[in-house]
Order: sequence, then structure tokens, then C-alpha cells
Amino acid sequence: MAIGLEHFLILSAILFSIGLYGALAKRNAVVILMSIEIMLNAVNIAMVAFWHYSAPMLMTGQIFVIFIMVVAAAEAAVGLALIIAIYRSRDTVDAEKFNLMKW
Amino acid sequence: MPPEVVLAIFLLPFLSFVIISFIIRPLLSHRSQISGYVTIAAIGTSLLLSVLVLTEVISAEGHVLSMPDYEWLAIGDITIHIGVTVDSLSAVMLIVVTSVSLLVQIYSQGYMRGDPGYSRYFAFMSLFTGSMLGLVLADNLLFLFLFWEGVGLCSYLLIGFWFHKPEAARAAMKAFLVTRLGDFGFLAAILFLYTKTGTFDIGELQHLALAGAIGSTALTWAAIGIFSGAVGKSAQFPLHTWLPDAMEGPTPVSALIHAATMVAAGVYLVARMFPVFASSSEAITTVAIIGGFTAIFAASMGLVMNDIKRVLAYSTISQLGYMMLGLGAVGVAVASGAIPLEHGLALGVAVGIFHLFSHAFFKSLLFLGAGSVNHATGTFDIREMGGLRKAMPWTFGTFLIASLSLAGIWPLAGFWSKEGILAHAWESTPILFYLAMITVFMTAFYMFRVVFLTFGGEYRGQSQGSHGLHESPLVMIGPMVLLAILSVAAGWFPISEFLGGESHSFFGALAHPLAWASLVLAGGGILLAYAIYSRKWLSAESLRRAFAPLYTLFARKYWLDELYERVFVVRILIDGIFAALHWFDDHIVDGAVNGIAGGTVAVGRVVRKAETGQLQAYGLAIFIGILAIIACLFIFS
Repeated sequence: MAIGLEHFLILSAILFSIGLYGALAKRNAVVILMSIEIMLNAVNIAMVAFWHYSAPMLMTGQIFVIFIMVVAAAEAAVGLALIIAIYRSRDTVDAEKFNLMKW
Repeated sequence: MPPEVVLAIFLLPFLSFVIISFIIRPLLSHRSQISGYVTIAAIGTSLLLSVLVLTEVISAEGHVLSMPDYEWLAIGDITIHIGVTVDSLSAVMLIVVTSVSLLVQIYSQGYMRGDPGYSRYFAFMSLFTGSMLGLVLADNLLFLFLFWEGVGLCSYLLIGFWFHKPEAARAAMKAFLVTRLGDFGFLAAILFLYTKTGTFDIGELQHLALAGAIGSTALTWAAIGIFSGAVGKSAQFPLHTWLPDAMEGPTPVSALIHAATMVAAGVYLVARMFPVFASSSEAITTVAIIGGFTAIFAASMGLVMNDIKRVLAYSTISQLGYMMLGLGAVGVAVASGAIPLEHGLALGVAVGIFHLFSHAFFKSLLFLGAGSVNHATGTFDIREMGGLRKAMPWTFGTFLIASLSLAGIWPLAGFWSKEGILAHAWESTPILFYLAMITVFMTAFYMFRVVFLTFGGEYRGQSQGSHGLHESPLVMIGPMVLLAILSVAAGWFPISEFLGGESHSFFGALAHPLAWASLVLAGGGILLAYAIYSRKWLSAESLRRAFAPLYTLFARKYWLDELYERVFVVRILIDGIFAALHWFDDHIVDGAVNGIAGGTVAVGRVVRKAETGQLQAYGLAIFIGILAIIACLFIFS
């Protein structure tokens, strides 16, 4: 069986759904951050697949994906830093307890 | 004659108003004598021009001068023309207004001397005279209404001239508000006639009314609306209560505005619109009944007043009622076909306006006499006067002539004009005729009660002592003597024929039995007053006790002031309508505004529960939303 575009897209959809579930359902802020990373990578897979099957001559798709990975790494760094800062002041990483601004 | 001459008649007093209020008063002095001179010069010139106009009208064919019409303003398709009417009616009114006004202004030079508001007084008087002249010249209801309100404003300003006195300020407001009630009907009638006919022009409206182009019900309502304006202005029942209170103003103001001219504007209006009234039997009957009733009603209150100016005020209301009765009586005859139309229209105007003409002179003279008495004694209360005939012979003489004229004694002015009204009332409305005859008796009685109490007997006042009593200066006596001459002779002028009425011969009038009946009644009134107040054959005190209920009824003015103020104003307006409106404002209008705000807050209180602050919940909502959108795309496309 030849591996086609739809297989990549299904993989991407499965990863995205896993990430979405994690981001919506988990309480631990670190897990939520990880889930968001999974969703980003799911999108990356879809993007590389589209590049490969539609315009493999141009490098733009690949470069775009690498840029997204760079930005995702930076975002993960900032996100972890925020979580650590919150943990230091609140002694928890439970997202439901981050409710100081709520009335 | 160039039309500018006619325009100048009413523009000159306006010019005088502008000069006094914008040049003399701010730049020279608030009590500069020049203000009086400017006013007199302006009104004197108006009088000369009015005489010129009168001679032109007399020689003109049909007693009408044609005047150009000017376009005043255009709103969309509606163009409003203004112009002046110069016919016998307006020519007579011009003479009345300018001559009485001039004499009153001269008198005021003496009466108002040293008043801190001297310039202001003459500015208002000029403004009033200009507005009044504009009113009688207007050929258009809208234009007429403008000046109608103008004279009302001047009346307000001059009644409240001594505004630091609370009674004067109150009386001014009362006059303004009560006449406004009538003016509301007048304005409604003007607009109603406009929607029916598309014109404000008085001449056109008269033609349309006579041609039957306006439906009879519409015509009746329009005429009654116009008449309600006249009722307010001319202080007819039931809107008469403002005029006695208006006596708080300076006495020359009462003489000019509240006796001779402005209050007669209502009669003039009915005369000017007479074809409209005469085309509706109901409307003209209303005029006759209101006039006849007011005549006797006001006279009854005049019987018991102790303030000389209030007696004169009730007398004025009563005489204005006579004028309305005169117009109404002829109009009823015209409407029922007893008098042919083309003759009757002019006759009605002649009967009403002839009395207006003679009344203007003797009534303003009576007021000026009252002012002269006040000048000497410092009071208007006739109980504190007496014996003034020795100290003030000129005032006494002129006052006596005016009283005789008002009582309708042959051959003074009042006799001729009153006879015309009585004769026509006899022919068309007998019930009102009998009321009018009783009024003749009452008129003679109340006037001579004032004469005997003021000028007869011994001085009863304490305020200044008899050595302080003195005759007024020449500047006041002069106009009074001229008015006295006019009070005698005004009936000898052929005013009635000039206006299209019937002529009367000097001695021929005495051949009429009606003349003797009214002379006997007037003489009886004078004799009764003589018996009670001069000879004291009958004690006034015991009479008062004998007729105590009637006396109380008259002295309390039929409790109409109380009825209006306590019942209409307080109970119905303040406690009723205003309270209901207040409730409506508080609960419905404010309630709507507050309800919207409160509802928003309440909804917000519920909806804010959805705002958990949990990003995950939002994310879930977004996810479900996207799924829903995708589902929709699949289902509907």
C-alpha cells in the first residue's frame, strides 16, 4: 500500500486531537503546554505533507515549517518560565487554581 | 397716498422704542426726560399721519384704500404675504389708538416724574403703541397674531412695571397666563382655517366664509376659536379675572392698555372677522350671550368694590361686554335673515366699534382722573377720600363728565353708542336686552357711588392731611380736559355712518322711547347713589346687611378667583393632571430608562457565570463552535 497525502493528514489529525484533548482536559499546566506543542507539530506535519505533494520544487514550505519549530521552541521556553514563576508564588501548577483575576 | 405713510404710522413708535432702549437708556440716563419727548414726538407724528389716512379713506370710494402686499416668507410651497388693510374700521381704530396714546403719554410726563424706571416706561409704552397700531393695520391673521402677542407682552411688562411689588409681579403673570388660555384657541383657529382654506388673508377668509366655501361646522369651530382669543384679550367671562388684578400697573397704563386700546383688541378682532362670525348662527349667538352676560356680571362686582381702579376695571369689562353684545345682536339678526347681509355686516361693525370709540375716551379719562386723585391722596381706596371737589376742581369736573358719559346721559358720547347697542339688542335678543337695561342702571349707580364718595362730603383720609391735597400739574390736567371734550363730543362725529351703520340726529334720538327708558334707568342709578352716598337718606351699612348674601357674592367676585386658583389650578392641575404626569414621568419614563439599565445589570449578573476565567473552558467552547460550523458547512452546502 502506497503512503499518500491522506495518511499524513490522518496522522496530523490524530496528533492534533490528542493535543486538543490534553489542552482542554488536563489540569497540570505543564501537560497543557506539552499538548499545545503536540498540536503545533500536528500542524507542521500537515504542512510538510502539503508541501511535498503540491510544490516539492520550492523550499518555501520546508523553511516555513522550520520557522514554526523555532517559534514553538521559543514559546515553550516562555511558557515554562511562566509556569515556574507561577509555581513559585502559588505552590501549584494546577490551571484551575490560577484564578486570582477572577471575581 | 404712498404706502410708506401707512407703514410709518406703526413703525414710528417702534423706532421710538429702539431709540429709547438702545440709545437714551444706556447712554444718557434711566430717567432722562428725553425719553418722554421722543415717545410723544413719535406718537404725535403717528396721530397726524392717521388723520391724513382718515381723510384719504373718507374721500376714497367704498372707504377702502388698496395697499400693496409684500411677500414675507416662503416655506416650501407656502408663501405668506403681509400687508396692511386701510378701510374705515382700521382708520377709526388708528385715530382711537394714536389720540388716546398721545394724551396718555403727555399725562405720564407728570404722573411718572422721578420714577427710577422713567425711560423703561416710555420704551414699553412706545412698543405697545407700535404693536397696537400694527394689530389694527394687519391684513393677515398670522401678522395680526404677531402683534396680538406683542400687545400681550407689553401688557405683561407694564402691569409688572413695579416688579419689586409682589402683587404687581403676580398680577402680570396672571394676566399673561389667563390671556394665553384664550390665545391658544385663537392660534388653533388660525391654523385650522389655514388647513381648510390655505390662506391667512383676512379679506379672502371673509369672502370664503360668506360664499359658504368653509363647512358650517368647521366655520363655527373656527369662529369660536377666534372668539376665545377675543374673550381672553377683552377680559370677557370666564377669562375676565386678570383685568381687575392688572390694576397693579401704573395708572396711565391702565388708562391706555386696560381701558382704551388693548382690551378693545378683542372687540376689534370680532369686528374684523365679522363676516366669519355672522356666517355661523351658533358662533354669533355665543358672542352675544357672552357679551350680554359679561356686561351685567362685571357690573354687579363693580357695585361693591372699594378700590377706585377696580370699580373702573369692572366697568371696563362690563362695557366691553356691551360692545360684544352690540356685535352679537346685529350678527344674530344677520344670521337669522332679519337684516339683509350686505347692510348687516357693516352695521354690526358700526354698532360695536362706535361704542369702542366713545368708550376709549371716557374710560381712559376716568382712569387718568383716578391717577390724578391718587397723585394727591396717595391711595386708591374711596373710603379714604371725600371732599376732593374743592381741592381738585379740574379733576372733579372732567371725572364727572366722563361718569355722565359712561352712564349714557344725553347728549354725551356714551349715550349715542349705547343707544345703538340697546336698540339692536331689543330687536334681536330681548333677554339680553333686559340684562343690558339693568346694567345701565348698575353702571350709573357704581360710577356715581365713586363720584360721591371721592369728590363729595368731607375728606376722610389721614395719610396726607387736607392741607396736602392739591390739584395735579397742568401736564396732567391738560390731557384730561382734552379727553373730557372728546367724551362729550365723540358721539357727535358721524362715526357710525362712516363705518356703514345708521345715522342719528341730535334731537331725533330723544323721540325714541328706548332712549327715555335708558335715560330714566341711568338717572335712577344716579339718584340712588346720591341718596345713599351723598344725602345718606339710606344707610349704606344697613343696605349691606339687608342684602348680605348678595353683597358677599359680589365682593368675593363670585368666588371665581378661588374657583380658578384653588380648584382648577391646585386641585385639577397640580393635584390631578400634574401629579399624574409626574407619576408618569417617575414611573413610566424614568422606569423605562432605569428598567433598561437594571435589566442589563441583572442579565450581566447571570451571564457572568459563563465567564469562568478558565482558558480551557473557552478553548472547549471554541472547539465545539468550530465543530458546529463545520457540521453546518457539511449539512447545508
